[in-house]
Order: sequence, then C-alpha cells, then structure tokens
Amino acid sequence: MVRDRHLPRTRTATPPRARRGDWGTHAALILAALLISAPLLLALIKATQPSSAVLSPSLLPGGAFLSNLERVWVDAHLGRSMLNSLIVAVTVTTGKTILALLAALAFVHFRFPLKGAAFALVLVSLMLPTEVLIVALFDLVSRDLKWADSFAAIIVPFLASATGTFLFRQHFLNIPASLADAARIDGCGPLRYLTRILIPMSWNTIGALAVIQFVYAWDQYLWPLVIMQRDDHQVVQVGLRKLIEVGGQTDWGAVMAGAVITMLPPLIVFTALQEQFSRGFALSEDK
Amino acid sequence: MLSVRPKRDAGGREDRAVFRGAALPWLFLLPSLLILAVFIYLPTLRTLRLAGYRANLILGTEQWVGLGNITDLLGSATYRQVALQTLVFTLLSVTGGLLLSLGLAWLASRPVRGSRAYRLLLIYPYALSPAIAGTLWLFLFNPEIGVVNQILGELAGVRPRWLDTPLLAFALVTVAAIWKGLAYNIVFYLASIRNLPTDVMEAAQIDGATPAQVFWRVAFPLLSPVTFFLVFTNIVAALFDSFALTDLLTRGGPYVGHAGITTFLVYQLYQDGFVNFRTGAAAAQGALMLALVAFVTFMQFRLGERRVHYGA
Repeated sequence: MVRDRHLPRTRTATPPRARRGDWGTHAALILAALLISAPLLLALIKATQPSSAVLSPSLLPGGAFLSNLERVWVDAHLGRSMLNSLIVAVTVTTGKTILALLAALAFVHFRFPLKGAAFALVLVSLMLPTEVLIVALFDLVSRDLKWADSFAAIIVPFLASATGTFLFRQHFLNIPASLADAARIDGCGPLRYLTRILIPMSWNTIGALAVIQFVYAWDQYLWPLVIMQRDDHQVVQVGLRKLIEVGGQTDWGAVMAGAVITMLPPLIVFTALQEQFSRGFALSEDK
Repeated sequence: MLSVRPKRDAGGREDRAVFRGAALPWLFLLPSLLILAVFIYLPTLRTLRLAGYRANLILGTEQWVGLGNITDLLGSATYRQVALQTLVFTLLSVTGGLLLSLGLAWLASRPVRGSRAYRLLLIYPYALSPAIAGTLWLFLFNPEIGVVNQILGELAGVRPRWLDTPLLAFALVTVAAIWKGLAYNIVFYLASIRNLPTDVMEAAQIDGATPAQVFWRVAFPLLSPVTFFLVFTNIVAALFDSFALTDLLTRGGPYVGHAGITTFLVYQLYQDGFVNFRTGAAAAQGALMLALVAFVTFMQFRLGERRVHYGA
C-alpha cells in the first residue's frame, strides 16, 4: 500500500536537491514500516479468520472478526474489563493533569518557604517506581486502607504526577513573566490566571501529557494483577492474561480479536492528539 | 526534555513569583504531596523496614533478621543469575532500541515524498501495551500453531522451539522489547531532529561534509540531550515494563542453571512476593532495586552535566 502510493510519485515530483539517495530511503522506510507492523498485521488477519483457519498457515483474511470478538466480549467479560480500563485511564489522566497544573502553578508563581524541598519531594518520586514498592504498597492498600478489589486501589495511588508537574513548570517558565504581573495588577487571582491564561496557552503540553498518561494508565499490568482479585473490576491488560489462561485449548482467533480491540482506545487518543503530542515535546525539547 | 537544570531557571522563577499568600501555594500542592506521601514515600519506608524482617504477609509472621535478607540475596546463585540476565537484557534492548530508532527517525526526517506517512507508520505502535506485545508474540511464535513456524516450516523446513530453547527465548524477549519500545523512542528523536539548527547542518554540508559526517559529527552530538533522556527512560522500561511481556510470553522460563533465563529482577520480586509469599525477601529485592534506580539516576545527572551538549 505504502509502496504504491509513494514510490512512483517521487520520480516526478521531488525537488532535485533531495533526490539523490531517495530510493534507498524509501526502501529502508518501507521495509521498517512493514517489519514493525508485521506482528499487528498478522494478528489482525488471524482475528478475522474462523476457528478452523486460525491454526492453519492461511494468511487470507476471513469474515469472522465479529463472531471471534463476540466470544471474548461476552463470555470472557472483555467488554466489562475494557470499560473498567477506560474508567481508570480517564480518571487517572484527568486527575494527574489537574493536580500537576495546580502544583506547577504553586512552584512557578508563588514564593514560599521550603519550596525547594517540596520540589525535590515531587522530583525524587520519579525514582520510586510502584513495581519496586509493590509488596509494601499491597500491604498498605489491602490491609490498612482495605481498598483491595475496589477501583480506588487502581486509581488513587497514581493521581500525582511528577512528570506532569515538571513539564508544566518548564512550560510556565517559558511564558513571559510580564503576563503574570499584568494579570495580578488587574486584580486577577492565581486560579483565574491558571484557567484563563495559563491553560489556554498550554494545550500542546496538556495534550502531549494526556497521551503519555492515558497510555501509562491503560498499560498498567502488575499492580492490578496483584491487588484486583474480582474479575468484574479487573482491567483489560490483565484480562488478556485470563483469556490465554482458560483451561485447555486457547481460542486464539478470539484472543487476537480481543488484543486488536484492546489497542484501539490508546490508538484513538494518540491519533486525536498526535499534533499536540509532537508539538508539546518539540517545545519543551527546545529549551 | 526531563533534564533538570534548576540553576538556569532560578532567575526566571523568582520573577514569576507574583502572587501573594502563605497558605495558597501549599493548598495547591496538597493533593499531589498527600498522594506522593501516602502511596510513594510511606511504601518506600515500609519496604526498607520489611527488608529487615523474615516476614509472610499471609500468615502475618515477622521475625527481625537485619541485613540477613540482603546478604541472602547477594549470596544466592539464583538472584545473581537473575541480576546478570537483567543486565544483559537491559544493555541489549536499550542499545539496540536506541540505535534502531535514531536511524529510522533520521531517515523519516529526510525531505522525501510521503515522509509524513512514514512517520505515522513508525510511531503509531506507541499505542501497544507490553501485555499486548506479549500476547501477540506468544501466538506468533507458538512452536506448533504459530504463524512464524508455519511459514518457516513451509519455506525452510525448520520449526524452532522458540519458547523452550533458552537462547531463542531470551533473544525473542529482547527483540519483542525493542519492538515495543521503538515508537516511543522514534517520537522523541523525530521531535528533536525537527528542532536541529538548520544553519549548522547546512554550514557543514557547504563545507563539504558527507551525509555520514553530518550525522555522526554534527547531528549526533546535538541530539545527545534527548539520547541521554531516552537512555534513562529505556533503562527504566527495560527494568519494569518487561514484566508484562515476560509474564505473558515466557513466564520467566525456560529454566537454565539456577533460574528461568527470562526471569528478570521485577519478575523475581513478583514471584517471591506474591507466588511464594516470601514477603521479607521480596521487600529486600525492592530495597536493592531502589538502590539500583538511585544509582542510574545519579549517573544520569553526573554524566549528563559533563558529556551532554545542551546547545546555545
């Protein structure tokens, strides 16, 4: 597909300056794109084949995608765990964004004692990944808070964002100081300044961060695996493990259909925010 | 991007501290600090404390052993093998992944027809989760029914036992991890290549530098900040994100010597903490990993200050 659309045109339309070596560039990029996409393409093909063909060498797409999907969607509760993952990812992304915006506002536009210590506390948390603390975190959340099997257990611990605070702080520092001065002189309070001026000027950073945080929350695996024993509250990534584990023969056509569907929400978020994603990083990268 | 240079910001920060109020900034910080305190710092302290006990969370037993857990781990052939495997896996997947993604991002940044389409094709797999990567590869490389062996069997007459042969399984997990991480790295390289100063690059070309010289002598040093950031995030990903991948693809196996060859540090921690219920031993592994992450971060800042070119 890529080859048909792009290769022939280069011969006629590329400016002379860029032509030398183009052929090799195209060949390398097409090969790379094919290799990178190969596992996904094969999964997609197998997801559309009826059970009889899934285990055969056939690579022809079939028409059984919906019936494959139906088996995991209803019987294996994939629909339910997709919904759970969506609830978790949307809540975590929104919460992280709001909390990080407020924290960055405090760090950039206020002078207060122990600011350096507070900032260090936020930054150092980057070095303390949940996976490493998981035994103590499990103890805390299940025994002290008694949150095991609840959504709170897979949402609340992830609401603070050091990355977000840091990125927003960097971005706010690039906004001319005179703007905040003028706003304050006009009697604008910090929260009004945040919602009316900072946020409208930060959409690229917010969008870029939203992509990262949504994908991060959507991909969570180890923590839900240990803390969530109730299947009807389980997230979809761990749900995949359950699909494979079912006793006896794994229904691979159905599993592939499930895996393909599980990719869609982050792909949609990524596609929708793709421009902000690249620009948000390009900006902060610059400084 | 995440490089910390507070010295440079110090002046600007003070200019912007225009709002008054002693309680207000703390009010804005409270939600973040509270969550970090309860769900990051408290568990950190408890991990360090638990590391000193021979404990079992299920039975509720605890017995103080001091550094006993740590010395047990350091002396354990299994743990040493797991640590070595993690090191090799991290080295291979980080260098392989970064070189490959830098090369691809460089190619996709060239002014050729359809470069925008190429860029999209290279970065959309960012939406892949480690668990999906594990699920897909488990099916594709299944020795009997997997597509890969069916094609290999037809074409070459070989059907490797991908998941049971130690070296093949290790290679498979490494390649899958590189594949999974490519899109993320390419995104950052593309953004940085786009921001390279064109005048410097053109000056080099006018002075007769070959494309290879422009890449290695001009672009590569200018890209060192993002490379440094990516080395760090990729090490973290290799250490932690590999869990879902290996849990689904190989279950830590196949067994060689004293441990499964694709059992890495986090997988071992999970096994001890939540399968064998050796809580103290798992907490001690957590404490050791904390030291490891602290060391990696420290090195990042130390080397980053000295070696990285941050532009004008």
